Amino acid sequence: MDAFVTHTGTAVPLRRSNVDTDQIIPAVWLKQVSRTGFEKGLFSAWREDPGFVLNDPAYQGASILVSGPDFGTGSSREHAVWALQQYGFRVVIAARFGDIFRNNSTKMGLLPVILPAEKVEALQAAAEADPSLQVTVDLEGREVRWAGEVVGFEIDDYTRWRLMEGLDDIGLTLRHADDVAAYENERQPWLPTTV
Amino acid sequence: MGRTLAEKVWEQHVVRRADGEPDLLYIDLHLIHEVTSPQAFDGLRLAGREVRRPDLTIATEDHNVPTVLGPIADPVSKTQVETLRKNAAEFGIRLHPMGDAGQGVVHIIGPQFGLTQPGMTIVCGDSHTSTHGAFGGIAFGIGTSEVEHVLATQTLPAYRPKTMAIEVSGELPAGVTAKDLILAIIAKIGTGGGQGYIVEYRGEAIRKLSMEGRMTVCNMSIEAGARAGLIAPDETTFAYLKGRPHAPSGELWDQAVEYWTSLRTDDDAVFDKVVEIDAATLTPYVTWGTNPGQGLPLGASVPDPASFADPIERSAAERALEYMGLTAGTPLREIEVDTVFVGSCTNGRIEDLRSAAEILRGRQVKTRTLIVPGSMLVKLQAEQEGLHEVFKAAGAEWREAGCSMCLGMNPDTLQPGERSASTSNRNFEGRQGKGGRTHLVSPQVAAATAVTGHLTAPADL
Ligand code: SF4
Repeated sequence: MDAFVTHTGTAVPLRRSNVDTDQIIPAVWLKQVSRTGFEKGLFSAWREDPGFVLNDPAYQGASILVSGPDFGTGSSREHAVWALQQYGFRVVIAARFGDIFRNNSTKMGLLPVILPAEKVEALQAAAEADPSLQVTVDLEGREVRWAGEVVGFEIDDYTRWRLMEGLDDIGLTLRHADDVAAYENERQPWLPTTV
Repeated sequence: MGRTLAEKVWEQHVVRRADGEPDLLYIDLHLIHEVTSPQAFDGLRLAGREVRRPDLTIATEDHNVPTVLGPIADPVSKTQVETLRKNAAEFGIRLHPMGDAGQGVVHIIGPQFGLTQPGMTIVCGDSHTSTHGAFGGIAFGIGTSEVEHVLATQTLPAYRPKTMAIEVSGELPAGVTAKDLILAIIAKIGTGGGQGYIVEYRGEAIRKLSMEGRMTVCNMSIEAGARAGLIAPDETTFAYLKGRPHAPSGELWDQAVEYWTSLRTDDDAVFDKVVEIDAATLTPYVTWGTNPGQGLPLGASVPDPASFADPIERSAAERALEYMGLTAGTPLREIEVDTVFVGSCTNGRIEDLRSAAEILRGRQVKTRTLIVPGSMLVKLQAEQEGLHEVFKAAGAEWREAGCSMCLGMNPDTLQPGERSASTSNRNFEGRQGKGGRTHLVSPQVAAATAVTGHLTAPADL
């Protein structure tokens, strides 16, 4: 995955709450067996509406999505993260996220940033007033900056480090293969196997 | 200080703990299906990695499969299923393909084989993995990167979620089911209410539920935003497990039961959050909106968005009514549906089919009605009990096992603007097909609705 240290770009305000992963990428798009091409499915039902914010030419090229609360609830489909990234987003900002979506994002290097609801609202308003507004998301400094505003956010040290280094989780875990083997020797004897 | 059940199960599975890092958690069972696994297997191949424990992994075909006999017509779906078959063969994973007696929805087959047991950690690339918590383990959905991680290492790095108790006191009134209970819980705490928590369902009403009912409740934990939901194992759990193909037997059974009996929250344990519900006050519940938290008792009317104080909830309600084609003030009972769906990992088990059959016996359906068993074994059992004859005589369609109309990935979908009463778990926009409108209900309400054509409780018939 790509390392994430700091990112500056323009923002799209998505004034909806409970943006579930069925909306981010509807199920018909999940039949692909490859990892690419999901940008076409991003919000595909909503994009049929010419008034949908992503269809507004003013927001073309934006890389930061600023959503209402409970973004990414519902299905565990990581395709939602792939679709957002392949469309060009590097950051999603919201007051609350679905747990699985947030996990999936950090595995892929899409940064989910939790800001207080009133700050999300302020950023949405600022991006509506000026779609060319430059927004900086600084993971190293744990803050979001725009037009003189500086808002801190929380993220645990480990996830931050992993994102900043662009590290593959599996590689990290395999360093502890001995611990895993030791654990396996102690497992309860009645636990089932599938064979 | 005492520990909660979730804490006990978690601690039992910590392989490695280090300051400032997530715990490395051992995974006892990994369930796989065709939709969220292909890219994970690709990742393994690219890195030249093996599946560490194929013997703790099991695969089935469920999301894409048609529920009428015959091959998969859609070439893209077909490729996805074939990809799973190739991957399972290459990496030595047991697969229950279409047509196999063990095939079914991934969350139905684990329990039915006795693979889902108390105290286990279970994951699957599917959010409704929370279902398995009904047996007293920690079970949660993961994304494809994590699927790859579990395949390669049989572990997952994770922070332990906080703990929440949902205490359901009293007894469910007659005609009120586990589905109504969980819909009422989600309406109460909201779709984000459980975020960051493992929920333990407790109290008299929970203890009295069958395993099927407990699975229905735990299944929808994710709709309240919770990472997982669980219920302490008891005699009901042990009786369900005994004699199942993968359950322990002989001396190991006794050892297991002794350990399982210790799997309960200590009396002096403290939860991070407690929610209380009085079961006796509940009635059949239905959803009116486009998220599972937008639900009300069947006797209520479509709410007026203006009645929501919170501006975000108000605008969500406005959007939902527009999408659902509903007018504020309409009694929910007057909403007419085009299709009824009984099935899914929420309500596709034998008990669900029995309760639907009881209502349809000797009656006729007015709407298109799909009855889809959650697995081939459920289908077989239903047919041995003659339930399929009841459904067919009532004019309902009796199908093969699969996810079916729970999500729009296979041929069973709603047309734009069509409205359904569905026993599944998500009423999201387009979930059952683009433009489809979904009302979540219990199997009993679904069956009664099929008879009248509008949202109906069995007691109304
Ligand atoms: S039945 Fe529905 S919720 Fe359950 S696994 Fe299938 S698609 Fe997911």
